[in-house]
Amino acid sequence: MALNFEQPLSDLTKRIDELTKLNEDPKVNFNSEIAALKKEAQTMRGNLYSKLSAWDTVQVARHPDRPLIRNYIKDMFSDFIELHGDRCFGDDHGIIGGFATLGGKRLMLIGHQKGNSLESNIASNFGMASPEGYRKALRLMKLAEKYNLPVVCLIDTPGAYPGMEAEARGQAEAIAKNLTEMATLEVPIIVVVTGEGGSGGALGIGVGDAVLMLANSVYSVISPEGCASILWRDGKKAPEAAEALKITADSLLELGIVDKIIPEPTGGAHYDHSATMKEVKKAILKQLEKFNKISTRKLIEKRFNKYAEIGKFRKG
Amino acid sequence: MGWFKKSKKNAVQSDAKPELWSVCPACKAHIYKEEWEANIKVCPECAFNDKLSYKERLQLLIDEGSFKELNKEIKPTDHLKFVDAKGPYSEKANAAITKTGMNESIITGTGNINNIPVVIAVMDFRFLGGSLGSGTGDKILRAAEYALKHKRPYIIVSASGGARMHEGIVSLMQMAKTCAGIAKLNKAKIPYISILTHPTTGGVSASFAMVGDINIAEPGTMIGFAGRRVIEETIKQKLPDDFQTAEYLLKHGFIDKIVKRNEMKNFLSNVLQYTTAK
Repeated sequence: MALNFEQPLSDLTKRIDELTKLNEDPKVNFNSEIAALKKEAQTMRGNLYSKLSAWDTVQVARHPDRPLIRNYIKDMFSDFIELHGDRCFGDDHGIIGGFATLGGKRLMLIGHQKGNSLESNIASNFGMASPEGYRKALRLMKLAEKYNLPVVCLIDTPGAYPGMEAEARGQAEAIAKNLTEMATLEVPIIVVVTGEGGSGGALGIGVGDAVLMLANSVYSVISPEGCASILWRDGKKAPEAAEALKITADSLLELGIVDKIIPEPTGGAHYDHSATMKEVKKAILKQLEKFNKISTRKLIEKRFNKYAEIGKFRKG
Repeated sequence: MGWFKKSKKNAVQSDAKPELWSVCPACKAHIYKEEWEANIKVCPECAFNDKLSYKERLQLLIDEGSFKELNKEIKPTDHLKFVDAKGPYSEKANAAITKTGMNESIITGTGNINNIPVVIAVMDFRFLGGSLGSGTGDKILRAAEYALKHKRPYIIVSASGGARMHEGIVSLMQMAKTCAGIAKLNKAKIPYISILTHPTTGGVSASFAMVGDINIAEPGTMIGFAGRRVIEETIKQKLPDDFQTAEYLLKHGFIDKIVKRNEMKNFLSNVLQYTTAK
């Protein structure tokens, strides 16, 4: 799937495909033309991705081919044992989790689950968790605390599910409780925003000792569309709202919300899963090593100070 | 009865003098201003609890002359240099300061409730819809730390539309920050009572307002995470009338009690007898 801003690239790729097909005929030889076009495509890809607007980045962050938690589980983590249910009401599919191993390190993995097809998206409610999802996540975090396992949270959600049942079962309470409990959880929490960081639904599993972001992911208090329809009274002003809200990794690093940006391959994470995962793995392992050395008391104190500093009032 | 009430209201409306009458925002009944104020803005017709300013709220809950404000100087900060269709956020924030005489959407301080010393924070919806800005979050956290240091019960009266979009992600992070403050109180066994008043929604309901040791609401208060319109558009059906009211939340187990405005102070001091029992 080509995004709007990728259109010239898509045209070029189509041309490469056509020539490659023609080239199958032994009577012709387009090898040099194909090589030249491929080179041109790579340069174009680099150019396009070096100057993405905030709104372009939103499209990349939401790209259906972007690695999803199931891809990370299959190709980056190993020995995953999924754990189900919140022990209260049910098992949510918008957030999944369980024991996982990364580079020999055992940990508790929790993350939003988006799908990449209509069917899988319906099954996981498009990555929008219900209260059960947040309560399951907290249960697994408490389990991690008991077994002294670090927690890794992968964030990729449009937001918490805005449904009647979700409200009746306490969406607000479930998120609020997680924010409160995560503040003092006695094991390291490493958060990685891999795609879309949608407001409270993201933050509900997003309080951590280190918050990392893939270069083309976004994190926002409200979707650009939602913000545009409220503050611009026009949902079509989403590109303006995206810019104003400062939701890209660069801006968030500057604002002190994010600790590290994980680079993505040229062309975005969807263009090369394995290169992306190599970087994500390296980044997580580095953080795990760093926080493994810190005493529990210091860990919680540092985490508290990190959040106390965000938006701390300064005169002048 | 319905017909009679309606015609009476219409008659009043036609020659209403704004200085004499107050209009209930819920049922649109016109009430003599004097009666409205004497009834602490609770509608005698439909029992709706209208929004109170922070001064009215403090007057209602805190012993006269005992309130001392903390961190009054904290104001909004324009972290994003945010400009929307209506102009810069910094101008909007300054206008709110001028309009309300407050520096942020919350007032924090110390005071007594029937002679029990507490730390109290009161949100005021008039200030940018009571939204959770970084100044708001910072004041909530600093008041929590004051409560921790002086071992006083902490009471927050919420009234908010949620996070403040103009401060973007910094506003969102105030949810984590305020909850971290509450977590500290929990560890130190300092009581924290949350009073949810009309309306308490979005990021405020999904953070400090919902994690009180005891959650109390005023009758008819709207409390919810997602907006009613958003939910109706998502699920393509109409929601029940009592959806996201205090009564609905009581029924579903998310608040401990609905307390009438004129009984709130005594209820609080009764509860505090248990939380500060020796």
